[in-house]
Amino acid sequence: MSIKLTIMDLMQRIAREHGKTLAPLRDDLVLLDSGLDSLGFAVLVARLEDTLGIDPFTAAEDAMFPLTLGDFVKVYESAQQRAVA
Amino acid sequence: MKVRSNAPSLKGRIADAAPERFFWDRTARLGVNDLARGTSFGGRLGELAGRSVIVATSSQLTTALALIELDGVARRLTILPPDTAADHLGPLFACAEADAVVIDAGTLDHPALDLPVRVVCAPAIVPTEEHSLPYVPTEWVLLTSGTSGVPKMAAHSLASLIAPIGAGQSLDGTVVWGTFYDIRRYGGLQIFLRAIVGGASLVLSCAAEPIADHLARLGRSGVTHLSGTPSHWRRALMSPEIKQISPRYVRLSGEIADQAILDSLRATFPEAGIGHAYASTEAGVAFEVDDGRAGFPADFLDHDRDGVELKLVDGALCIRSPRTAGRYLGAQHALRDHDGFVDTGDMVERRGDRYVFAGRRGGIINVGGLKIHPEEIEAVINRHPQVRMSLVRPKQSPVTGAIVIADVVLKADCARAGGEQQQIKNDILQLCRDALPRHKVPAAISIVPVLDVGTTGKLARRYG
Repeated sequence: MSIKLTIMDLMQRIAREHGKTLAPLRDDLVLLDSGLDSLGFAVLVARLEDTLGIDPFTAAEDAMFPLTLGDFVKVYESAQQRAVA
Repeated sequence: MKVRSNAPSLKGRIADAAPERFFWDRTARLGVNDLARGTSFGGRLGELAGRSVIVATSSQLTTALALIELDGVARRLTILPPDTAADHLGPLFACAEADAVVIDAGTLDHPALDLPVRVVCAPAIVPTEEHSLPYVPTEWVLLTSGTSGVPKMAAHSLASLIAPIGAGQSLDGTVVWGTFYDIRRYGGLQIFLRAIVGGASLVLSCAAEPIADHLARLGRSGVTHLSGTPSHWRRALMSPEIKQISPRYVRLSGEIADQAILDSLRATFPEAGIGHAYASTEAGVAFEVDDGRAGFPADFLDHDRDGVELKLVDGALCIRSPRTAGRYLGAQHALRDHDGFVDTGDMVERRGDRYVFAGRRGGIINVGGLKIHPEEIEAVINRHPQVRMSLVRPKQSPVTGAIVIADVVLKADCARAGGEQQQIKNDILQLCRDALPRHKVPAAISIVPVLDVGTTGKLARRYG
């Protein structure tokens, strides 16, 4: 499964677990408007580390604050490319 | 209503308020001047005189109004944070010897708030005559952000609460404070008091208000000073509306500020002063660090600074100052040791010329300002029939703050197939979701072959 689909799948699952309703997942969706709250994102980042084996936020020198879903997916895609390289 | 301007009460402190000062939440914007000459209690303030009053308001604006009017009138004020569990109310009321409650539209129908005197506080100010109620030094009781069980009740005075507020505050009415932090908790209450004592306006948040709307409102208010926990700031930095604000001063408190969040705020607000305060409900504000670096200068430990003394006991930070709470109401154990020091339970380590925070003693985890005992979560996980043992630990992330992770050892006879492991993880998470509040449910479960057990026979817990 692509990183993007993995992220979207996990977001759906976490939203269900937390009793939240997700907005339609488009690249330009502002993450804070997605329906997940900050705890939901914390869970998402932890589950992604479990699934993909990477946590680009902890690994980064500088903190990154992705605004949109597209930004968020890119952070993971480039982290995985670095991990493979 | 006229109050002598030299009165020591909060209301006395706003008697000569500049006309442009305001309090603003999502629903109403009130002039501080109007409040100085009016009341939000519909003429019933006298019924609360000399009583032990529970402030059980749902909105922060009515909380602010109630606190201003009740200081110097009520014998004791106990401020209920918004997430107080209903089954804790009885013990809290008994401990506070409460005989009156202040409610607002949002808590009007709450069945547990049934004290002898019930007074409604409304976000509408009616002009009143000067009251002739005698001044009483009000005891301010704040609830600790408890772990499990009934929160502890830390008793402050107005003097201990405002002691950290410097004399250098501008009184020209041009400062607009904003707080992401609820004013019913110590960190937020500090900002409320700063606005009053410092002659400023105040923008309050509402629980139901989206962060984007709150930031836009802060922008419209011309906010100059803004405070929140590192978690609040991480969230704000993820909102495009962060561009709406340009504060002169950015403050962090309530959680340990790491270098990543300080650097991000510096990059976002290059012109602003950025300070992180170390404070707790019991210890008060111990110090503020404004050099943009995480931790605090090592020489803070050697010198009495503004009456605040720090010492380390077995690596834990202890604080003695006029800003600490005096005691716990109704508790068996003392809030201060026999020398007057408050043990914070925060472990620090020396790194060069700094001390940095190294987590909580006993492995207590702080998630968004809420303290969590790992043992409570481990007990739930260990109920799963296939779990041998578990260790719940914090994981730090610069973007999300601390989260809870569980390492789980399965019993030997359990199958190890990947699909089955995933099923067990899901079952454990479901067990946790059924038994625990949301912030205590582990963000992730990892199945591990073994856990370290220390020489004491206890699980080896690492700090932070």
